[in-house]
Amino acid sequence: MGLSSETSVADAFAGLGTGDASEFELRDGSRIAVVGGGPAGSFFSYFLLKMADAIDLEIEVDIYEPRSFKYCGPAGCNHCGGIVSESLVQILSAEGIVLPDTVVQRGVESYVVHMDVGDVAIESPVHEQRIAALYRGNGPREGGDTPLESFDDFLQGMATKRGARVVRQLITGVDWQEGLPQLQFASHSARSYDLVAVAAGVNSNFIKLLDDHPAGFEPPKTTRGYICEFRSTEEEILNILGSSVHVFLLDIPRFEFAAIIPKGPFATVVMVGDDLDEELVHAFLNDPVVRRTFPTNTVPCVCSCKPLINLGARKRPYGDRIVLVGDSGVTRLYKDGIGAAFRTGKAAATAAVFHGVSGEDFEQHFWPACKSIANDNAVGRIMFATNAIMKNSRITRRAMLTMAQKEQARADARPHMSSLLWNMFTGSAPYTEMFRGTFHPGFIGNLILSLGSALVPRQKNANVKNSEV
Amino acid sequence: MVSGALGKIYRDGEVIIHQGNAGESMYVVQSGRVEVVLQSENGGERHLAFLEAGNFFGEMSVFEKEVRSATVRAAGEARVLKIDKKTLLRRIREDPLLAVNLLKTMSHRIRVLNSELAQHRGAQ
Repeated sequence: MGLSSETSVADAFAGLGTGDASEFELRDGSRIAVVGGGPAGSFFSYFLLKMADAIDLEIEVDIYEPRSFKYCGPAGCNHCGGIVSESLVQILSAEGIVLPDTVVQRGVESYVVHMDVGDVAIESPVHEQRIAALYRGNGPREGGDTPLESFDDFLQGMATKRGARVVRQLITGVDWQEGLPQLQFASHSARSYDLVAVAAGVNSNFIKLLDDHPAGFEPPKTTRGYICEFRSTEEEILNILGSSVHVFLLDIPRFEFAAIIPKGPFATVVMVGDDLDEELVHAFLNDPVVRRTFPTNTVPCVCSCKPLINLGARKRPYGDRIVLVGDSGVTRLYKDGIGAAFRTGKAAATAAVFHGVSGEDFEQHFWPACKSIANDNAVGRIMFATNAIMKNSRITRRAMLTMAQKEQARADARPHMSSLLWNMFTGSAPYTEMFRGTFHPGFIGNLILSLGSALVPRQKNANVKNSEV
Repeated sequence: MVSGALGKIYRDGEVIIHQGNAGESMYVVQSGRVEVVLQSENGGERHLAFLEAGNFFGEMSVFEKEVRSATVRAAGEARVLKIDKKTLLRRIREDPLLAVNLLKTMSHRIRVLNSELAQHRGAQ
């Protein structure tokens, strides 16, 4: 009665969840399987074992991850832009997790917004490098000679130091025996667990095994991203891009968002959009604004992919003895996917250790963290829709630029637009907080003044310069 | 600065927080070492502790609306990350267990202080 193709899913889960609450508590000797060894799986395992240790609970944790993140190129890659947000860098530090220099390929101190009407560099509010640009695997194809370390491997190492065991086995099915989930392997062997945490992302085949789960694991809405790695020397990348992430608000048909992130001798180009194809990627890379920022004819592309990106939330990313963390369940819209992996992974671990592993336990103690992200994403959609409208008009683009430039030029100016753009692009604050900021009288007043200024014919407007950074 | 470095570099002797100043942040040492000193009114100072990578300081001003209780400066080159009060408290509200990590260190510091106080009274 497994989830493998030969038996029905409804049969496989029939009769689950009929026991009393205490049977769902973790006890000494309980076994937990974590499917996927990326950030969500590693954060979940790390916190699960740390909290269990704090209450003298002895449990076994197996992380199923067939890949080794020590490989460069697609073999060790998790298909991600590779940014750890400002808020997550701070929270990891407060948790006692310091990211090593070998993992962080570049500490980011500013974002440069590029538009056809000009550019503006938005500095970190504290003038400190608090955003980490890194590689999830061991770098792009042809990157084996560079002294970099994988972020996912670093996190997995934290979990294994706490006692987790990494199992390099491919899971082919999920079965249920006497109320316990049982993982099936290609070798025709199987192993039962007290809890299965699914942290396989949205690009994994394993996640398809859960799409028909009777508990209601409806798949989240996804879109395609485009990620391309360009290689040069560290000096040249630093010379071209500095320690800044470059984002583009361009009026190219169907274009939504793109960023270029410096990482040691590489630069990562990330594009996101509902209607992304080769033609749009080509149009972006050849746009004059992009070419003056990043001349791709002199920097070759060495690795590229088109991963699926989770745009929402599964309605119920948990059931009895099963929980979905990170991208598999709920993630933040467009930004800070690693931050969402941290939050959902830790919330699921807290629920399992201190409350239990029933669907009800997860609903009460894990789902609030997911719901908070999902509700914030709803506000995020309004923010991105507004941004799409503003970036499609030359007048509003110029008003945004003028307002941000004036704020950045004056140390005593209250950074209304700068904070909004900084938080939108870095994912450092909840969308709800950004949305509230747009109702501040100072924001509205300065935006109206900037719109008025942008309406004045350009030759008469001596204050606005089409600056280049 | 190393390209991959997070936080801010402080040179040897450079002051990170001043005793008596208002504070809205706590700090985590990323690399190197910092020294915590207590400055007296007559201009003298007393060494309290050295803190290394992973250790934090300045948390008292985050949890109490009081001025900094000591001065912290780099002992050799040190890289230190600032943590905003708002970011920390917002996260603690969502995830109270985050505070446990801070409480463990603060509890350890109270234990050390108690021990030093007992030794001091024993010597009198």
